[in-house]
Amino acid sequence: MKAIETITGHVSVLNRDDVDTDQIIPKQFLKRIERSGFGEFLFFDWAQEPGWELPRNPILVAGRNFGCGSSREHAPWALEDYGFQAIIAPSFADIFRSNCTKIGLLPVQLTPDECASIREAGEAQVDLAAQEVRWPGGTASFEIDSDIKHRLLNGLDDIALTLEAQDAIAQYEGERERSGGWAGPSTTAIA
Amino acid sequence: MPQTLFDKIWDAHEIGIPTHPLLYIDLHLVHEVTSPQAFDGLRLAGRHVRRPDRTLATADHNVPTDGTPVAARIRDELSRKQVETLERNCEEFGIPLFSLGSDRQGIVHIIGPELGVTQPGMTIVCGDSHTATHGAFGSLAFGIGTSEVEHVLATQCLVQAKPRSMRILYQGSLGFGVTAKDLILATIGQMGVAGATGHVVEFAGEAIQALSMEGRMTVCNMTIEGGGRAGMIAPDETTFEWVIGRAGAPSEVPDEWRELYTEDGASFDKQIEVDASAVSPMVTWGTNPGMVVPVTSAVPEPNSDQDERALDYMGLEPGMPMEEIKLDRVFIGSCTNSRIGDLRAAAEVVGGRRVAQGVYAMVVPGSQQVKLEAEREGLDEVFKRAGFDWRGAGCSMCLGMNPDIAAPRERVASTSNRNFEGRQGRGARSHLVSPQMAAAAAIEGHFVDIREWEAGN
Repeated sequence: MKAIETITGHVSVLNRDDVDTDQIIPKQFLKRIERSGFGEFLFFDWAQEPGWELPRNPILVAGRNFGCGSSREHAPWALEDYGFQAIIAPSFADIFRSNCTKIGLLPVQLTPDECASIREAGEAQVDLAAQEVRWPGGTASFEIDSDIKHRLLNGLDDIALTLEAQDAIAQYEGERERSGGWAGPSTTAIA
Repeated sequence: MPQTLFDKIWDAHEIGIPTHPLLYIDLHLVHEVTSPQAFDGLRLAGRHVRRPDRTLATADHNVPTDGTPVAARIRDELSRKQVETLERNCEEFGIPLFSLGSDRQGIVHIIGPELGVTQPGMTIVCGDSHTATHGAFGSLAFGIGTSEVEHVLATQCLVQAKPRSMRILYQGSLGFGVTAKDLILATIGQMGVAGATGHVVEFAGEAIQALSMEGRMTVCNMTIEGGGRAGMIAPDETTFEWVIGRAGAPSEVPDEWRELYTEDGASFDKQIEVDASAVSPMVTWGTNPGMVVPVTSAVPEPNSDQDERALDYMGLEPGMPMEEIKLDRVFIGSCTNSRIGDLRAAAEVVGGRRVAQGVYAMVVPGSQQVKLEAEREGLDEVFKRAGFDWRGAGCSMCLGMNPDIAAPRERVASTSNRNFEGRQGRGARSHLVSPQMAAAAAIEGHFVDIREWEAGN
């Protein structure tokens, strides 16, 4: 994963609440077995409505509860492939937020007023290290889990980090086995 | 300090390491849509699957429900490739798989409980947002993304900070003709589609305890539609009776299972109360599950741009009685409502009647085992005689990744979980209901209040 520093540029606006991942990337595009190439199908159905406009900018300013519904990581893949590096919104759905941080697409939660002000300004700079968004006419700070921030700033791979702790996992499994283990046979035993 | 059910399971699975919070995963369920990129990631990094014996895969999202016997015979090229890729990946990494053609194949959230691999006190994950279904057994079950699927395959752990806790406490009991589906739809209507965001929800109260395991699964299944990270119900004798004796389950109730409850005085970060006795049979009118009203009421006045957009998409006018909404299709199926109890309830409503003219109605059992059981009981004959299409097991028209989709502007009564725009087919208009309400709507061609309809028939 690429390390994130600051993300600067024009913002695209999608001023709708409760946008679900079925809209972000409709199901017919989930049949691909690759991780890339989803950008051209972003908001596929909505993009065919008259008046739809979503320029390929580094920052998307979205509405409340963005990314609700299906856990499909294809949604962040599509947004990232389209060109977005950060999404600013008043709130995010949990799985979507987590999926974004796994691929280096930065979810930034600000107040509805701050989001409105950034939409108005049309451009912004997201500074992950300072946990701050700056735009002509304003600045705002945002919260992010410190472990996630560290990983994003350094472009670290979760799996590699966890595998460094393999001993702790093996120890947990050992203790679990000694105290009776798992109830019932394993999945391999019943298949 | 008194602990919640959630606290107990969390504490039993947390592993302390310096870099990030880790939760050990007891059961990882895998399907064809959200796993191929994860397996690719493992291959690229030269990693193996840490615990294939705690992992189980099935093909469900993409599979045709027309009786196609093996993956190689799936007509849609991309679907075939995805299912075949799952088969290859499972073979390469040693993961047990129930694919197309197996009599154990079915929707991942149906087969876990059915096989008894879903058990109280477990942590369970799957690359699917409806994983909270398994919380009905008193487990902690999360939906995860593909990067997390890869992480769990490689490490058997999930990187997860502890979510906040929430209790939804039900007062009173459900009235005649009111089901678990109505209860959860009414709950989402009350708290909103983001009402539980960031929280693990425990459903509690007399109305919950009175539910069958199938009803509890329906409730927990839709936790995500209220934004919840996971949903759970404390296990009791109903749970134990359901689990014990299944292939993946122990033969006796382990003592630890009896410790899985929220202690008196334990605190939650958030609590709401819902009057279960006031819940009616519910029907959604809009494009998310929170846009829902009792069947006895009318399409509401819009309160926002979002509501107006939803009404426009759904082709509905405010003030129109819900019972006058005419239907083109009826879908009985999905991980929310396709278990044997759901099919029995729907078949009972159908009785000897026929599907209304102009309505295409289909029943899609959640698993091959559900299908076989229904056929043993003759339910398939009840449905077929009435004019329903009796299908094979899979996710089917819940999300329309297989050929089962509705046409633009077609109106569907659906027992599934999402009425999002385009979910069941581009431009298709979905109304979420219980299996009983869907069956009655199929017979009449429009929604009816099942309470009066059953009494009148």
